[in-house]
Amino acid sequence: MSQTAERATQSPRIVIAGGGLGGLSLALALKQSLGDDLSVDMCDPGLNRDPHGDTRAFAIAPAARRMLEALGVWQVVAGRAQPILDMIITDSRLNDPVRPVFLTFDESVGDGEALAHMVTAGDLTAALVTACEEAGVGLKAVGVDGFSVTSAHVDVQIAGGDVLPASLLVAADGGRSRLREQAGIGWISWPYRQSGIVATIVHERDHEGRAIEHFLPSGPFAILPLKPEIGEDGAAIHRSSIVWSERTENVAGLLASDSADLLAELERRFGLQLGRIAFETAPHAYPLSFGIARSFVSDRLALLGDAAHVIHPIAGQGLNLGLHDAAALAEAVVDGMRLGLDPGSAEILDAYESARRTDTTTMGFVTDGLNRLFSNDILPVRLARDLGLGLVDRLPALKRFFIREAAGLTGREPPRLLKGEAL
Amino acid sequence: MTEGHSSTIDPEEVARFERIAETWWDPKGPMKVLHRFNPVRLAYIRDGACRRFARDPRSARSLDGLSILDVGCGGGVLSEPLARLGGNVTGLDPAPTNIAVARLHAEQAGLAVAYRNETVEAVVAAGETFDIVLAMEVVEHVADVQAFVTACAAAVKPGGFLAMATLNRTAKSFAFAIVGAEYVLGWLPKGTHEWERFVTPDELRAALDQSGFAVSDETGVVYNPLNGTWSLSGDMAVNYMLTAARG
Repeated sequence: MSQTAERATQSPRIVIAGGGLGGLSLALALKQSLGDDLSVDMCDPGLNRDPHGDTRAFAIAPAARRMLEALGVWQVVAGRAQPILDMIITDSRLNDPVRPVFLTFDESVGDGEALAHMVTAGDLTAALVTACEEAGVGLKAVGVDGFSVTSAHVDVQIAGGDVLPASLLVAADGGRSRLREQAGIGWISWPYRQSGIVATIVHERDHEGRAIEHFLPSGPFAILPLKPEIGEDGAAIHRSSIVWSERTENVAGLLASDSADLLAELERRFGLQLGRIAFETAPHAYPLSFGIARSFVSDRLALLGDAAHVIHPIAGQGLNLGLHDAAALAEAVVDGMRLGLDPGSAEILDAYESARRTDTTTMGFVTDGLNRLFSNDILPVRLARDLGLGLVDRLPALKRFFIREAAGLTGREPPRLLKGEAL
Repeated sequence: MTEGHSSTIDPEEVARFERIAETWWDPKGPMKVLHRFNPVRLAYIRDGACRRFARDPRSARSLDGLSILDVGCGGGVLSEPLARLGGNVTGLDPAPTNIAVARLHAEQAGLAVAYRNETVEAVVAAGETFDIVLAMEVVEHVADVQAFVTACAAAVKPGGFLAMATLNRTAKSFAFAIVGAEYVLGWLPKGTHEWERFVTPDELRAALDQSGFAVSDETGVVYNPLNGTWSLSGDMAVNYMLTAARG
């Protein structure tokens, strides 16, 4: 009896496997809301690396930004975030002298709000890790090897042989999640036969906060404005991030070509509007695919971010979806624990699943459809979309969809964090 | 969590209780509707307690240190969350199997709940009192509503309160009972709810009044079969809850 009483006084524990931006946001939201009443452990071997080396840039949509503000971390990175004030999309072929603009997003989503903000993964990770440390999240620079579930808890096996008993395990371990596989959750996926080439580009002229996306037959090519840096001579260094989707069979050749040839290929796509360009970081390529888990939860396990869904980067929504997951799961756990529910109980996991599945599936298929519509050079399809059958009729609805999704307004009542409210 | 259980229970009994516990505790099993009802009644009890005892409902330990008597606790579906919120919970049930199931589950969950195979009348006779007394989905099963309400009221500590949830006796609840809609009958095996024994709010208020208690709050609870959730409502025609304190 005394042993029972002693155990009852221990706080339940949640283990998050994977220290990406979604997992860190979840850890912080949980710990800030529940304090000593919940132990939160974050396991990721990458936690002992300096996050500032990660120069990947992401577009943070307004809903996700409001959550980061509510968590107190946006304030840390805001000075290094570049607002996207304007967005232009063209449907074009590489050799078109003029790329007709068919869609602009210059109207903002709300009261003068930027469409999105560009931040680097490194800046955001560093701010989240610091905030997690201050909030009392247990940061462990080790991987999770596996887990076993009983009715009352989940034993999380961490690298080195230790076992952490927990109420809930969150698999935030990426698109090829081993924990998802171990849980036996099916994964519906197909490759895009495209690869994404990402790099930071420096250019002569100011981007003026404008994002540009060219829908080229080989795949979308996006130019996303980054915060300028100040050079040694005191002049601004203008920078943008590119996401260059290209047929996979062309990518190896492109990246292997000498830098002058690669730069020439880049210029054909990037255009001349920002003046002379150069690579600031070496380009990296990764294969693009679509994937969605058959379920986002199983017994005492929740999938978060890419472990639950991998989508085409055409609309820059992958990270935003992961942050929406974090907001929804944090809310389900916090509200449930304030009712005395076990944080790994089916009631809480069902609430998370139903909050996220529809939105995620919709976004996955919309981006998949967009990519299919635009990534081809078949004359009738081009004619159809340019004449408006595919485009003009669809675009107002699509545009509304992205604007509403960016504002966190799609689907059911959005999680409170996405409205900028504390939990 | 621990190997082997209390030494007074033999393993075969444990295995049998575990099978029954599964029916109580499987959120998609026979008690599905009860599990779905749980959040709305927990929130109602918590919010009532937080108002009366000046607690913060946003804490995960909002009931810390409060003594709670859960009359008709069944497998412990309500008692366990209240214990997690910090309550010192005593669960009563007339069925020895329910008590065994509840004890086993609480031990596996690492929760301290005092489950007793006793009646509320026996608790009152022993002179025990509690900050919060709960009779959730019980009054429709008792033989003598007035005697039961009087005993529950007598178990309330000065300054404490009584919360009850039950089914109204109306044409609407009769229709649901006849159809056997899961949200009337689903949380207990068929036949455990007999419509004639449902208690109207007027009858319950009168019984409370006889015990020197006055209703401080009452609400209907309605089920949305489309998304399987319950919510508070002004409509008390089928399910309703109330709190009462010494008037």
